[in-house]
Amino acid sequence: MSADPLILARIQFAANITFHILFPAISISLGWYLLYFKLRYTRTRDAKWLAAYGFWVKVFALSFALGVVSGVTMSFQFGTNWPGYMQKVGNIAGPLLAYEVLTAFFLEATFLSIMLFGTRRVSERVHTLATFLVAFGTTLSAFWILALNSWMQTPAGYEMVDGRAHVTSWLQVIFNPSFPYRLTHMLLASGLVVSFLIAGISAYRLLRGDKGAAAPATLKTAVYVAAVLIPLQIMAGDAHGLNTLEHQPVKVAAMEGLWATQKDVPAVLFALPDEKTRSNRYEIAIPHLASVYLTHSWSGEVKGFADFSYHPPMAPVFWAFRVMVGVGLLMLATSWLAAWQLKRKGTLHTWLLRTLAAMTFSGWLALVAGWYVTEVGRQPWLVTGVLTTAEAASTTPAPMIAASLAMYLLLYAGLIVAYISVVFYMARKAAHPEEKQEQGPAIKNATPDQPAPEGV
Amino acid sequence: MDTWTQPSFWLPLVFLFLMGVAMLAYVLLDGYDLGVGILLRRVTDPDRDRMIAAIGPFWDANETWLVLGVGILLTAFPIAHGAILGALYLPVALMLAGLILRGVAFDFRVKAHAHHKPWWDRAFYFGSVLATFAQGVMLGSLVTGFTHGWPETLFSLFIGLCLIAGYALLGSCWLIYKTEGALQLRAVRWAHTCLWLTGVGIASVSIATPWVSQRIYDKWFTLPNFLYLAPIPLLSAALFFTLETHLRHLPQRLAEQRPGRDWAPYVMAAGLFFLAFLGLAYSLFPFLIVDRLTIWQAASAPESMLVIFYGACVVLPAIVGYTIYAYRVFSGKATALSYD
Repeated sequence: MSADPLILARIQFAANITFHILFPAISISLGWYLLYFKLRYTRTRDAKWLAAYGFWVKVFALSFALGVVSGVTMSFQFGTNWPGYMQKVGNIAGPLLAYEVLTAFFLEATFLSIMLFGTRRVSERVHTLATFLVAFGTTLSAFWILALNSWMQTPAGYEMVDGRAHVTSWLQVIFNPSFPYRLTHMLLASGLVVSFLIAGISAYRLLRGDKGAAAPATLKTAVYVAAVLIPLQIMAGDAHGLNTLEHQPVKVAAMEGLWATQKDVPAVLFALPDEKTRSNRYEIAIPHLASVYLTHSWSGEVKGFADFSYHPPMAPVFWAFRVMVGVGLLMLATSWLAAWQLKRKGTLHTWLLRTLAAMTFSGWLALVAGWYVTEVGRQPWLVTGVLTTAEAASTTPAPMIAASLAMYLLLYAGLIVAYISVVFYMARKAAHPEEKQEQGPAIKNATPDQPAPEGV
Repeated sequence: MDTWTQPSFWLPLVFLFLMGVAMLAYVLLDGYDLGVGILLRRVTDPDRDRMIAAIGPFWDANETWLVLGVGILLTAFPIAHGAILGALYLPVALMLAGLILRGVAFDFRVKAHAHHKPWWDRAFYFGSVLATFAQGVMLGSLVTGFTHGWPETLFSLFIGLCLIAGYALLGSCWLIYKTEGALQLRAVRWAHTCLWLTGVGIASVSIATPWVSQRIYDKWFTLPNFLYLAPIPLLSAALFFTLETHLRHLPQRLAEQRPGRDWAPYVMAAGLFFLAFLGLAYSLFPFLIVDRLTIWQAASAPESMLVIFYGACVVLPAIVGYTIYAYRVFSGKATALSYD
């Protein structure tokens, strides 16, 4: 077998983090949504908010479980796939990861069970507190891991001694130049993923003839939240882009499809970047626009690939960026239209419900595309200017990586299909509670002293 | 490098201790979860739900101890993390696949279509067995210093099987604590069988380990050491026979409505694991990779370890505190896992 172990290790890690990020993106914001539903119920005593909580807490539990198991996998793959990473920057990555485990993971995992199964065992106040702590824990975990990820993008507050990074200032390490932008962008992305998930599933339930009061209430909440978050996200994304231009200009060159440094930079809407000829084919562009949004001047200069000795592959970054922006614009249109209709009539047209249902997991698409922009855009560096991905790779033989890669891919593909279909199945069940009998929790009806089957 | 006052000397020791605590906590806690998974297919549906209800509120936090243990290995001993996990590549991958299957099956089995439930139960069972077996193989490879001869491989596979029996022992003892009625009685029988299997396992591993490693042989079977260490096997034997007697009489006592302390079997089983762990820790110390890498060689910079150390001093007591709180909230016999 002649496959390159580095490529295989990268595909394996990319597959794992791609799979992983889908679920924390849901649990981070869904936790806060649950807290909101819970508080609304406490305030109004309206049963629909309790029903909303009851339905979405199940989705939360499922998403959380998938996030945990893929997160455990990641904690091992740091070592199995990138041993050079911890050897070189372990003094920085180590404490950040350790703080994530210590301050966030245990908090989430422990209070999750009280939040899920403790309703009758603790007071309502403690249960609300548990819900808050779970939401807080997931967000805290995002804080630490994004601090580390941002440090890898724009390292600061360290010095190299004998080939290993040593911390000079933890404040600078954590609050490195890209961190505030990335954290904001990521938290808003999580908010949008969940808002479209809730809006989509609620719309789906209405389309399926749900007569309850919960689905319209959650639909309304999620649509309004999405309509507020999406313009904020566009602004945050723009600020993040300017920050990237300052600290990682080559990534912006890849996003914009710029091979040569130029003034009067056009915004390329469509092109096929060609690594061989180092030019774009079939380019469709709007003159001057990129200069305007990147440099805020009519003919500002932006550096292209030609000015850098290292650069990432252009096509994946270029395309992922367009997918992200495209989905974002679609979200803007849909959420504003839906918010406007809800405001005016209180209900939504069937076609808009269908659009929302179709867009249930659109947040995932934008999220993963955006993640690829920033992670592929950092290549060939693992830690910008400090460590390349190739240097950090392990010496594990290719066939072994290939075998485990095949296993992971199979598992992840199966689980994503299972997750999506189960979420829709749960929505159908919730839409028609009278048919629920087929599968109640079996324990309730079980007689404790029924004869046990034979066997050890 | 050699005095207690220097952080570069004592910090690796502290972190080795912390890692040991995390790993032991993982084995004792997720061990019973995995054990219940191993036993799952010995019963049919209402009992399966009850068994899962006995571990449902705990498994998430229990598995987090593994992340902490690996996290400490990763952060305090970065060189060892790469070397150990690289050498254990395949068993690690299999263990992760097992943990993934087991973890997601918890939720899918009750949320998916009713007719898919048996399949998720199979995933739950298979994942638990696979993860346990892989952990045992990893342990075996660690003890033999990652040498890949036939005796070492057989030894590792054998430990994999022993760990299945061991976790099933923890699992059935946990079920004795968390269930009642017919299921509890069956758990007593499982525990009794598993105890013997585990006992045979621990004994043969204890005999085989010095055999596959000259260094461990020298550490145990030279004269003053042998006497100092004698309490470990003696206490283990005493605990084994106390638990054996307890389990033998438990069905009778349950029939007479005097169950006694239903948590006692789990505590005794955990004690057995603790003693085995002590013996193992002594055998390996101070190496992370036998004869190749000591904790001091593998340690990261003292400043970084200090940062984690301070954090751990503040946060670990809080974690222990709210973990105890959660166990109190869910104390007593398991009831249906309902969300309301």
